[in-house]
Amino acid sequence: MAKTIEEINERIKKGEAVVLTADEMTRFVREEGAAQASKKVDVVTTGTFGPMCSSGAFINLGHSDPPMKMHRVWLNDVPVCADLAAVDIYIGATALSDTEGMNYGGGHLIEDLLKGKWLRLKASAIPTDCYPRREIQTYINLESVNEAFLFNPRNAYQNYVCATNGSDRTLYTYMGVLIPGYGNVTYSSAGALSPLLNDPYYRTIGVGTRVFLGGAPGYVAWHGTQHRPSVERTPRGVPVGPGGTLSLIADMKKMSHEFIRAARFHRYGVSLYVGIGVPIPILDEEMASFTGVGDDEIYTYIYDYSEPTRSRKPLKKVSYAELHSGNVEIMGKKAITAPISSIRMAKRIAQVLRDWIKSGEFLLTEPVQKLPTEGTLNTLEIRDRGEG
Amino acid sequence: MAKRRLVLTFPPEVVERPVVATLVKEFDVLTNILRAQVQEGEVGRMLVELEAEPSAIRAAMRYLEELGVIVEDAIKDIDMNDELCIDCGACTAVCLPRALKIEPPEWKIELDKERCILCGFCVDACPLKIISVRF
Ligand code: SF4
Ligand code: SF4
Repeated sequence: MAKTIEEINERIKKGEAVVLTADEMTRFVREEGAAQASKKVDVVTTGTFGPMCSSGAFINLGHSDPPMKMHRVWLNDVPVCADLAAVDIYIGATALSDTEGMNYGGGHLIEDLLKGKWLRLKASAIPTDCYPRREIQTYINLESVNEAFLFNPRNAYQNYVCATNGSDRTLYTYMGVLIPGYGNVTYSSAGALSPLLNDPYYRTIGVGTRVFLGGAPGYVAWHGTQHRPSVERTPRGVPVGPGGTLSLIADMKKMSHEFIRAARFHRYGVSLYVGIGVPIPILDEEMASFTGVGDDEIYTYIYDYSEPTRSRKPLKKVSYAELHSGNVEIMGKKAITAPISSIRMAKRIAQVLRDWIKSGEFLLTEPVQKLPTEGTLNTLEIRDRGEG
Repeated sequence: MAKRRLVLTFPPEVVERPVVATLVKEFDVLTNILRAQVQEGEVGRMLVELEAEPSAIRAAMRYLEELGVIVEDAIKDIDMNDELCIDCGACTAVCLPRALKIEPPEWKIELDKERCILCGFCVDACPLKIISVRF
Protein backbone atom coordinates (compact mmCIF):
# COMPACT_ATOMS: atom_id res chain seq x y z
CA MET A 1 0.00 0.00 0.00
CA ALA A 2 1.48 3.35 -1.04
CA LYS A 3 2.03 6.21 1.45
CA THR A 4 2.40 9.94 0.83
CA ILE A 5 4.97 12.29 2.37
CA GLU A 6 2.07 14.13 3.99
CA GLU A 7 0.91 10.95 5.73
CA ILE A 8 4.45 10.21 6.86
CA ASN A 9 4.77 13.74 8.28
CA GLU A 10 1.53 13.24 10.24
CA ARG A 11 3.04 10.13 11.80
CA ILE A 12 6.29 12.01 12.56
CA LYS A 13 4.32 14.79 14.31
CA LYS A 14 2.46 12.22 16.42
CA GLY A 15 5.73 10.53 17.33
CA GLU A 16 4.58 7.31 15.61
CA ALA A 17 6.91 7.20 12.62
CA VAL A 18 9.19 4.19 12.25
CA VAL A 19 12.62 5.46 11.20
CA LEU A 20 15.61 3.24 10.42
CA THR A 21 19.16 4.10 9.36
CA ALA A 22 20.17 2.79 5.93
CA ASP A 23 22.28 -0.04 7.40
CA GLU A 24 19.42 -1.09 9.70
CA MET A 25 17.10 -1.04 6.67
CA THR A 26 19.42 -3.30 4.66
CA ARG A 27 19.24 -5.94 7.41
CA PHE A 28 15.48 -5.48 7.82
CA VAL A 29 14.74 -5.93 4.10
CA ARG A 30 17.00 -8.99 3.92
CA GLU A 31 15.20 -10.59 6.84
CA GLU A 32 11.59 -9.62 6.17
CA GLY A 33 11.46 -8.68 2.49
CA ALA A 34 10.71 -5.37 0.79
CA ALA A 35 6.90 -5.77 0.88
CA GLN A 36 6.86 -6.20 4.65
CA ALA A 37 9.45 -3.43 5.14
CA SER A 38 7.41 -0.97 3.09
CA LYS A 39 4.46 -1.53 5.42
CA LYS A 40 6.43 -1.20 8.64
CA VAL A 41 9.03 1.50 7.87
CA ASP A 42 8.23 5.18 7.17
CA VAL A 43 11.64 6.77 6.70
CA VAL A 44 15.20 5.59 6.08
CA THR A 45 18.03 7.96 6.99
CA THR A 46 21.28 7.96 5.01
CA GLY A 47 24.65 9.58 5.74
CA THR A 48 28.03 10.38 4.27
CA PHE A 49 31.13 12.16 5.56
CA GLY A 50 33.84 12.56 2.96
CA PRO A 51 36.18 15.11 1.45
CA MET A 52 34.07 17.27 -0.89
CA CYS A 53 36.28 19.78 -2.67
CA SER A 54 33.39 21.47 -4.46
CA SER A 55 32.08 23.23 -1.35
CA GLY A 56 32.14 26.78 -0.10
CA ALA A 57 30.51 29.55 1.90
CA PHE A 58 28.71 32.75 0.98
CA ILE A 59 29.19 35.47 3.58
CA ASN A 60 27.96 39.03 3.85
CA LEU A 61 30.57 40.91 5.86
CA GLY A 62 28.47 44.00 6.72
CA HIS A 63 29.35 47.55 5.65
CA SER A 64 32.20 49.63 7.03
CA ASP A 65 32.05 53.40 7.51
CA PRO A 66 32.84 54.92 5.08
CA PRO A 67 31.67 52.01 2.91
CA MET A 68 33.73 50.05 0.44
CA LYS A 69 33.11 48.01 -2.72
CA MET A 70 35.62 45.27 -1.96
CA HIS A 71 37.61 44.16 -4.99
CA ARG A 72 40.28 41.89 -3.57
CA VAL A 73 39.66 40.14 -0.24
CA TRP A 74 41.78 37.87 1.97
CA LEU A 75 40.83 36.05 5.15
CA ASN A 76 43.89 34.90 7.14
CA ASP A 77 45.87 35.45 3.90
CA VAL A 78 43.61 33.12 1.90
CA PRO A 79 42.16 34.84 -1.20
CA VAL A 80 38.37 34.64 -1.41
CA CYS A 81 36.04 35.58 -4.27
CA ALA A 82 34.72 39.14 -3.88
CA ASP A 83 33.21 39.83 -7.28
CA LEU A 84 29.69 40.07 -5.88
CA ALA A 85 28.42 43.59 -5.05
CA ALA A 86 30.23 45.39 -2.20
CA VAL A 87 30.62 43.07 0.79
CA ASP A 88 29.42 39.63 -0.34
CA ILE A 89 32.19 37.06 -0.57
CA TYR A 90 32.48 33.36 -1.41
CA ILE A 91 35.06 31.19 0.33
CA GLY A 92 36.02 28.27 -1.90
CA ALA A 93 37.04 25.20 0.11
CA THR A 94 40.19 24.53 -1.95
CA ALA A 95 41.57 28.12 -1.95
CA LEU A 96 45.18 28.17 -0.71
CA SER A 97 46.89 30.66 1.60
CA ASP A 98 49.24 33.19 -0.04
CA THR A 99 51.68 32.76 2.85
CA GLU A 100 51.23 29.13 3.97
CA GLY A 101 50.42 27.48 0.64
CA MET A 102 48.93 24.01 0.99
CA ASN A 103 49.04 24.08 4.78
CA TYR A 104 46.04 26.37 5.20
CA GLY A 105 43.13 27.28 2.97
CA GLY A 106 39.43 27.81 2.41
CA GLY A 107 38.45 24.59 4.22
CA HIS A 108 40.28 25.83 7.32
CA LEU A 109 38.54 29.23 7.14
CA ILE A 110 35.16 27.48 7.14
CA GLU A 111 36.12 25.20 10.07
CA ASP A 112 37.63 28.12 12.02
CA LEU A 113 34.45 30.18 11.54
CA LEU A 114 32.39 27.27 12.91
CA LYS A 115 34.74 27.04 15.89
CA GLY A 116 33.98 30.68 16.68
CA LYS A 117 37.48 31.90 15.81
CA TRP A 118 38.27 35.44 14.63
CA LEU A 119 39.62 35.70 11.07
CA ARG A 120 41.87 38.54 9.86
CA LEU A 121 40.13 40.39 7.00
CA LYS A 122 42.16 42.39 4.51
CA ALA A 123 40.59 44.02 1.46
CA SER A 124 41.36 46.59 -1.21
CA ALA A 125 39.09 48.44 -3.61
CA ILE A 126 38.94 50.95 -6.44
CA PRO A 127 37.15 53.87 -4.74
CA THR A 128 33.89 55.14 -6.27
CA ASP A 129 31.61 58.06 -5.43
CA CYS A 130 29.27 55.82 -3.44
CA TYR A 131 32.02 53.56 -2.00
CA PRO A 132 34.99 55.83 -1.21
CA ARG A 133 37.06 53.46 0.98
CA ARG A 134 40.26 52.11 -0.58
CA GLU A 135 41.52 49.62 2.02
CA ILE A 136 40.51 47.85 5.21
CA GLN A 137 42.12 45.62 7.83
CA THR A 138 39.98 44.18 10.60
CA TYR A 139 38.73 40.95 12.16
CA ILE A 140 35.46 39.04 11.63
CA ASN A 141 33.83 35.94 13.11
CA LEU A 142 30.63 33.97 12.56
CA GLU A 143 28.68 36.24 14.93
CA SER A 144 29.97 39.54 13.51
CA VAL A 145 28.94 38.87 9.90
CA ASN A 146 25.40 38.98 8.50
CA GLU A 147 24.41 35.88 6.49
CA ALA A 148 26.79 32.93 6.36
CA PHE A 149 25.66 29.83 4.51
CA LEU A 150 27.38 26.91 2.90
CA PHE A 151 26.38 26.61 -0.73
CA ASN A 152 28.15 23.59 -2.15
CA PRO A 153 28.04 23.09 -5.93
CA ARG A 154 28.81 19.36 -5.87
CA ASN A 155 28.31 17.07 -2.88
CA ALA A 156 27.15 13.55 -2.05
CA TYR A 157 28.41 11.83 -5.20
CA GLN A 158 26.30 8.82 -6.07
CA ASN A 159 29.19 6.35 -5.95
CA TYR A 160 32.78 7.16 -6.95
CA VAL A 161 35.82 5.45 -8.48
CA CYS A 162 38.69 3.67 -6.68
CA ALA A 163 42.30 4.74 -7.10
CA THR A 164 45.49 2.70 -7.43
CA ASN A 165 49.00 3.37 -8.70
CA GLY A 166 50.74 1.26 -11.33
CA SER A 167 53.83 3.49 -11.55
CA ASP A 168 57.09 3.13 -9.65
CA ARG A 169 56.75 6.27 -7.55
CA THR A 170 54.41 7.29 -4.73
CA LEU A 171 51.47 9.44 -5.86
CA TYR A 172 49.88 12.10 -3.67
CA THR A 173 46.27 12.63 -4.74
CA TYR A 174 42.86 13.73 -3.51
CA MET A 175 42.26 9.98 -3.13
CA GLY A 176 45.10 9.79 -0.58
CA VAL A 177 48.65 8.47 -0.83
CA LEU A 178 48.97 5.75 -3.48
CA ILE A 179 51.78 3.24 -3.09
CA PRO A 180 53.76 2.28 -6.23
CA GLY A 181 53.34 -1.11 -7.92
CA TYR A 182 49.58 -1.36 -7.22
CA GLY A 183 50.42 -1.35 -3.48
CA ASN A 184 47.01 -0.08 -2.38
CA VAL A 185 43.51 0.84 -3.51
CA THR A 186 41.58 3.74 -1.98
CA TYR A 187 37.85 4.42 -2.20
CA SER A 188 35.62 7.26 -1.09
CA SER A 189 31.95 6.39 -0.78
CA ALA A 190 29.85 5.49 2.23
CA GLY A 191 28.44 2.67 0.06
CA ALA A 192 25.09 1.37 1.27
CA LEU A 193 24.78 4.31 3.70
CA SER A 194 25.25 6.93 0.99
CA PRO A 195 22.20 9.12 0.15
CA LEU A 196 21.87 8.80 -3.63
CA LEU A 197 22.72 5.08 -3.64
CA ASN A 198 19.50 4.54 -1.66
CA ASP A 199 17.35 6.43 -4.16
CA PRO A 200 19.09 5.51 -7.42
CA TYR A 201 16.58 7.15 -9.79
CA TYR A 202 15.95 10.25 -7.60
CA ARG A 203 12.32 9.36 -6.97
CA THR A 204 12.20 11.18 -3.62
CA ILE A 205 15.36 13.32 -3.52
CA GLY A 206 14.86 16.49 -5.57
CA VAL A 207 15.12 20.28 -5.46
CA GLY A 208 13.77 21.39 -2.09
CA THR A 209 14.39 18.14 -0.20
CA ARG A 210 15.23 18.99 3.41
CA VAL A 211 18.53 17.41 4.49
CA PHE A 212 21.15 17.37 7.24
CA LEU A 213 24.18 19.47 6.25
CA GLY A 214 27.04 19.98 8.68
CA GLY A 215 24.79 19.48 11.70
CA ALA A 216 22.10 21.93 10.51
CA PRO A 217 18.90 21.45 8.56
CA GLY A 218 19.51 22.43 4.93
CA TYR A 219 18.11 21.85 1.46
CA VAL A 220 18.89 20.39 -1.92
CA ALA A 221 19.28 23.57 -3.99
CA TRP A 222 19.74 21.99 -7.41
CA HIS A 223 21.29 18.93 -8.97
CA GLY A 224 25.03 19.18 -8.34
CA THR A 225 27.65 20.03 -10.94
CA GLN A 226 28.81 17.05 -13.02
CA HIS A 227 25.47 15.33 -12.25
CA ARG A 228 25.58 12.39 -14.62
CA PRO A 229 22.53 10.12 -14.41
CA SER A 230 23.08 8.33 -17.75
CA VAL A 231 25.74 5.86 -16.63
CA GLU A 232 26.15 2.10 -16.43
CA ARG A 233 23.78 0.75 -13.77
CA THR A 234 23.21 -2.60 -12.10
CA PRO A 235 19.90 -4.38 -12.78
CA ARG A 236 18.57 -2.70 -9.61
CA GLY A 237 19.52 0.74 -10.95
CA VAL A 238 22.63 1.43 -8.86
CA PRO A 239 25.26 3.42 -10.82
CA VAL A 240 28.59 1.63 -11.29
CA GLY A 241 30.98 4.53 -10.59
CA PRO A 242 30.17 8.26 -10.36
CA GLY A 243 26.51 9.11 -11.15
CA GLY A 244 24.31 11.87 -9.76
CA THR A 245 25.37 14.69 -7.43
CA LEU A 246 23.64 17.26 -5.20
CA SER A 247 24.08 20.97 -4.69
CA LEU A 248 23.32 21.73 -1.04
CA ILE A 249 22.67 24.79 1.08
CA ALA A 250 22.36 25.43 4.84
CA ASP A 251 22.91 28.10 7.48
CA MET A 252 26.44 28.00 8.91
CA LYS A 253 25.27 29.68 12.11
CA LYS A 254 23.35 26.48 12.95
CA MET A 255 26.17 24.07 12.03
CA SER A 256 28.64 22.22 14.24
CA HIS A 257 32.34 21.83 13.51
CA GLU A 258 31.96 18.15 14.42
CA PHE A 259 30.42 17.64 10.97
CA ILE A 260 32.54 20.05 8.88
CA ARG A 261 36.29 19.43 9.02
CA ALA A 262 39.16 20.95 7.08
CA ALA A 263 41.56 18.52 5.41
CA ARG A 264 44.99 18.73 3.85
CA PHE A 265 45.83 16.09 1.29
CA HIS A 266 49.61 15.90 1.16
CA ARG A 267 50.99 17.59 -1.97
CA TYR A 268 47.47 17.98 -3.33
CA GLY A 269 46.01 20.74 -1.21
CA VAL A 270 43.13 21.72 1.00
CA SER A 271 39.66 20.21 1.03
CA LEU A 272 36.67 19.97 3.34
CA TYR A 273 35.06 16.92 4.96
CA VAL A 274 31.32 17.56 4.75
CA GLY A 275 28.73 15.66 6.75
CA ILE A 276 25.45 15.05 4.88
CA GLY A 277 22.34 13.09 5.71
CA VAL A 278 19.26 12.69 3.53
CA PRO A 279 15.95 11.19 4.70
CA ILE A 280 14.20 8.87 2.28
CA PRO A 281 10.44 8.37 2.64
CA ILE A 282 9.41 4.74 2.13
CA LEU A 283 6.47 5.50 -0.13
CA ASP A 284 6.04 1.97 -1.44
CA GLU A 285 7.65 -1.41 -1.94
CA GLU A 286 10.00 -0.08 -4.62
CA MET A 287 11.49 2.49 -2.22
CA ALA A 288 11.85 -0.20 0.44
CA SER A 289 13.68 -2.36 -2.04
CA PHE A 290 15.96 0.55 -3.13
CA THR A 291 16.89 1.43 0.45
CA GLY A 292 17.51 -2.26 1.18
CA VAL A 293 20.61 -2.12 -1.02
CA GLY A 294 23.73 -3.68 0.54
CA ASP A 295 27.47 -3.19 0.01
CA ASP A 296 27.63 -6.47 -1.92
CA GLU A 297 25.26 -4.99 -4.55
CA ILE A 298 27.16 -1.72 -5.14
CA TYR A 299 30.03 -1.86 -7.61
CA THR A 300 32.66 0.53 -8.86
CA TYR A 301 35.81 0.51 -11.00
CA ILE A 302 39.46 0.78 -9.98
CA TYR A 303 41.56 3.23 -12.05
CA ASP A 304 45.32 3.67 -12.26
CA TYR A 305 45.90 7.27 -11.12
CA SER A 306 49.42 7.27 -12.57
CA GLU A 307 47.72 7.85 -15.93
CA PRO A 308 46.51 11.44 -15.53
CA THR A 309 44.25 11.36 -18.56
CA ARG A 310 40.51 11.58 -19.04
CA SER A 311 40.45 8.46 -21.18
CA ARG A 312 42.16 6.00 -18.81
CA LYS A 313 40.67 2.52 -18.80
CA PRO A 314 39.36 0.84 -15.65
CA LEU A 315 41.51 -2.00 -14.30
CA LYS A 316 38.85 -3.91 -12.42
CA LYS A 317 35.27 -3.86 -11.17
CA VAL A 318 34.80 -4.42 -7.42
CA SER A 319 31.94 -4.37 -4.92
CA TYR A 320 32.07 -2.34 -1.71
CA ALA A 321 31.80 -5.60 0.23
CA GLU A 322 35.12 -6.64 -1.37
CA LEU A 323 36.65 -3.22 -0.65
CA HIS A 324 35.55 -3.50 2.99
CA SER A 325 37.34 -6.86 3.33
CA GLY A 326 40.71 -5.07 3.57
CA ASN A 327 42.30 -6.22 0.33
CA VAL A 328 41.59 -6.93 -3.30
CA GLU A 329 43.57 -8.67 -5.99
CA ILE A 330 44.83 -6.40 -8.70
CA MET A 331 47.21 -7.22 -11.57
CA GLY A 332 47.77 -10.62 -9.94
CA LYS A 333 48.76 -9.13 -6.58
CA LYS A 334 47.04 -8.53 -3.28
CA ALA A 335 46.65 -4.81 -2.59
CA ILE A 336 45.36 -3.30 0.66
CA THR A 337 42.13 -1.32 0.45
CA ALA A 338 41.52 1.84 2.46
CA PRO A 339 38.58 4.23 2.73
CA ILE A 340 39.08 7.99 2.50
CA SER A 341 35.61 8.93 3.74
CA SER A 342 34.55 8.08 7.30
CA ILE A 343 32.01 5.29 7.49
CA ARG A 344 31.77 5.69 11.28
CA MET A 345 30.75 9.34 10.84
CA ALA A 346 28.36 8.44 8.00
CA LYS A 347 26.57 6.07 10.41
CA ARG A 348 26.60 8.69 13.14
CA ILE A 349 24.96 11.24 10.82
CA ALA A 350 22.28 8.74 9.78
CA GLN A 351 21.61 8.12 13.50
CA VAL A 352 21.43 11.84 14.37
CA LEU A 353 19.01 12.44 11.51
CA ARG A 354 16.94 9.42 12.60
CA ASP A 355 16.71 10.88 16.11
CA TRP A 356 15.74 14.33 14.79
CA ILE A 357 12.88 12.77 12.83
CA LYS A 358 11.77 10.52 15.70
CA SER A 359 11.62 13.49 18.06
CA GLY A 360 9.32 15.31 15.62
CA GLU A 361 11.64 18.29 15.06
CA PHE A 362 12.52 17.42 11.45
CA LEU A 363 9.73 16.95 8.89
CA LEU A 364 10.17 15.71 5.34
CA THR A 365 9.54 17.93 2.33
CA GLU A 366 8.04 17.14 -1.04
CA PRO A 367 10.60 18.01 -3.74
CA VAL A 368 9.47 20.99 -5.82
CA GLN A 369 11.33 19.81 -8.92
CA LYS A 370 12.84 16.48 -9.93
CA LEU A 371 16.56 16.01 -10.52
CA PRO A 372 17.44 15.20 -14.14
CA THR A 373 17.28 11.45 -14.77
CA GLU A 374 19.05 11.64 -18.08
CA GLY A 375 22.21 13.35 -19.23
CA THR A 376 25.93 12.94 -19.44
CA LEU A 377 28.97 15.24 -19.28
CA ASN A 378 30.53 17.65 -21.77
CA THR A 379 34.29 17.87 -21.97
CA LEU A 380 36.54 20.89 -22.31
CA GLU A 381 38.16 20.79 -25.74
CA ILE A 382 41.15 22.89 -26.78
CA ARG A 383 39.89 25.13 -29.63
CA ASP A 384 41.70 27.67 -31.79
CA ARG A 385 38.67 29.93 -32.03
CA GLY A 386 35.21 30.37 -30.55
CA GLU A 387 33.27 28.36 -33.10
CA GLY A 388 32.67 24.82 -34.37
CA MET B 1 80.89 -0.02 15.79
CA ALA B 2 77.80 1.99 14.93
CA LYS B 3 74.09 1.14 15.00
CA ARG B 4 71.51 2.47 12.61
CA ARG B 5 67.78 1.77 12.41
CA LEU B 6 66.39 1.79 8.90
CA VAL B 7 63.07 1.22 7.18
CA LEU B 8 63.52 -0.75 3.95
CA THR B 9 60.83 -0.79 1.27
CA PHE B 10 61.22 -3.63 -1.23
CA PRO B 11 59.68 -3.61 -4.69
CA PRO B 12 57.90 -6.93 -5.41
CA GLU B 13 60.72 -8.23 -7.68
CA VAL B 14 63.31 -7.84 -4.90
CA VAL B 15 61.22 -9.27 -2.06
CA GLU B 16 62.10 -12.86 -2.95
CA ARG B 17 65.88 -12.34 -3.04
CA PRO B 18 68.05 -13.18 0.00
CA VAL B 19 69.03 -9.55 0.56
CA VAL B 20 69.54 -9.67 4.30
CA ALA B 21 71.83 -12.71 4.12
CA THR B 22 74.01 -10.80 1.63
CA LEU B 23 74.34 -7.88 4.04
CA VAL B 24 75.78 -10.20 6.66
CA LYS B 25 77.98 -12.25 4.33
CA GLU B 26 79.31 -9.67 1.88
CA PHE B 27 79.36 -6.51 3.97
CA ASP B 28 80.00 -7.89 7.44
CA VAL B 29 77.01 -5.98 8.77
CA LEU B 30 75.12 -7.47 11.71
CA THR B 31 71.50 -7.26 10.63
CA ASN B 32 68.68 -7.51 13.10
CA ILE B 33 65.19 -7.60 11.60
CA LEU B 34 62.97 -5.94 14.18
CA ARG B 35 59.70 -6.05 12.26
CA ALA B 36 58.81 -7.14 8.78
CA GLN B 37 55.90 -7.18 6.41
CA VAL B 38 57.05 -9.23 3.46
CA GLN B 39 55.03 -11.44 1.18
CA GLU B 40 55.77 -12.86 -2.20
CA GLY B 41 54.58 -10.67 -5.06
CA GLU B 42 53.83 -7.63 -2.88
CA VAL B 43 55.61 -4.45 -1.88
CA GLY B 44 57.40 -5.36 1.39
CA ARG B 45 58.60 -3.26 4.30
CA MET B 46 61.08 -4.01 7.08
CA LEU B 47 62.43 -2.28 10.14
CA VAL B 48 66.06 -3.34 10.58
CA GLU B 49 68.92 -2.44 12.85
CA LEU B 50 72.35 -2.55 11.25
CA GLU B 51 75.47 -2.85 13.37
CA ALA B 52 78.93 -2.43 11.84
CA GLU B 53 81.66 0.10 11.08
CA PRO B 54 80.04 3.28 9.64
CA SER B 55 81.74 2.73 6.28
CA ALA B 56 80.35 -0.83 6.06
CA ILE B 57 76.85 0.42 6.87
CA ARG B 58 77.13 3.03 4.14
CA ALA B 59 78.29 0.39 1.64
CA ALA B 60 75.38 -1.88 2.62
CA MET B 61 72.92 0.98 2.15
CA ARG B 62 74.34 1.72 -1.30
CA TYR B 63 73.99 -1.95 -2.23
CA LEU B 64 70.34 -1.95 -1.14
CA GLU B 65 69.57 1.20 -3.09
CA GLU B 66 71.15 -0.25 -6.22
CA LEU B 67 68.72 -3.18 -5.92
CA GLY B 68 65.82 -0.73 -5.94
CA VAL B 69 65.14 -0.89 -2.20
CA ILE B 70 64.04 2.43 -0.69
CA VAL B 71 66.20 3.05 2.39
CA GLU B 72 65.04 5.51 5.05
CA ASP B 73 66.02 6.28 8.63
CA ALA B 74 63.46 5.01 11.14
CA ILE B 75 61.73 7.36 13.55
CA LYS B 76 61.41 6.75 17.33
CA ASP B 77 57.67 6.71 17.81
CA ILE B 78 54.40 8.01 16.42
CA ASP B 79 51.68 9.92 18.26
CA MET B 80 48.05 10.13 17.22
CA ASN B 81 45.69 12.77 18.56
CA ASP B 82 42.69 10.44 18.97
CA GLU B 83 40.27 13.20 19.94
CA LEU B 84 40.59 14.91 16.56
CA CYS B 85 40.42 11.67 14.56
CA ILE B 86 37.41 11.34 12.25
CA ASP B 87 38.07 7.64 11.51
CA CYS B 88 38.35 8.23 7.78
CA GLY B 89 40.90 5.46 7.33
CA ALA B 90 43.17 7.35 4.92
CA CYS B 91 46.20 6.54 7.10
CA THR B 92 45.61 2.79 6.72
CA ALA B 93 46.28 3.08 2.98
CA VAL B 94 50.04 3.38 3.52
CA CYS B 95 50.43 1.10 6.52
CA LEU B 96 51.59 -2.13 4.90
CA PRO B 97 52.33 -3.91 8.21
CA ARG B 98 48.68 -3.24 9.21
CA ALA B 99 49.57 -1.52 12.46
CA LEU B 100 46.77 0.89 11.54
CA LYS B 101 43.50 -0.88 10.86
CA ILE B 102 39.91 0.14 10.29
CA GLU B 103 37.26 -2.58 10.04
CA PRO B 104 33.54 -3.16 10.02
CA PRO B 105 31.28 -2.97 11.91
CA GLU B 106 32.75 -0.20 14.12
CA TRP B 107 34.92 1.47 11.48
CA LYS B 108 37.13 2.97 14.20
CA ILE B 109 40.83 3.34 13.64
CA GLU B 110 43.04 1.05 15.71
CA LEU B 111 46.78 1.46 16.16
CA ASP B 112 48.74 -1.64 17.18
CA LYS B 113 52.18 -0.35 18.15
CA GLU B 114 53.55 -3.90 18.26
CA ARG B 115 53.22 -4.10 14.48
CA CYS B 116 54.41 -0.57 13.71
CA ILE B 117 57.69 -0.48 11.80
CA LEU B 118 58.12 3.26 12.42
CA CYS B 119 58.23 4.23 8.76
CA GLY B 120 56.26 7.43 9.41
CA PHE B 121 54.30 7.18 6.15
CA CYS B 122 50.97 7.64 7.95
CA VAL B 123 51.99 11.18 8.95
CA ASP B 124 51.62 12.56 5.42
CA ALA B 125 48.67 10.29 4.63
CA CYS B 126 46.41 11.67 7.38
CA PRO B 127 44.28 14.48 5.89
CA LEU B 128 43.56 15.86 9.36
CA LYS B 129 47.30 16.03 10.17
CA ILE B 130 46.88 14.53 13.62
CA ILE B 131 49.71 11.97 13.49
CA SER B 132 53.15 13.20 14.45
CA VAL B 133 56.54 11.51 14.75
CA ARG B 134 59.18 11.60 17.44
CA PHE B 135 62.74 11.34 16.19
S1 SF4 C 1 54.68 4.54 11.15
FE1 SF4 C 1 52.51 4.63 10.60
S2 SF4 C 1 52.41 3.74 8.53
FE2 SF4 C 1 54.41 3.17 9.37
S3 SF4 C 1 54.02 1.16 10.29
FE3 SF4 C 1 53.75 2.65 11.93
S4 SF4 C 1 51.56 3.07 11.94
FE4 SF4 C 1 52.02 2.06 9.97
S1 SF4 D 1 43.87 9.45 8.55
FE1 SF4 D 1 43.96 10.69 10.42
S2 SF4 D 1 41.82 11.27 10.83
FE2 SF4 D 1 41.77 9.60 9.33
S3 SF4 D 1 41.57 7.73 10.57
FE3 SF4 D 1 43.77 8.02 10.26
S4 SF4 D 1 44.42 9.22 12.04
FE4 SF4 D 1 42.19 9.37 11.97
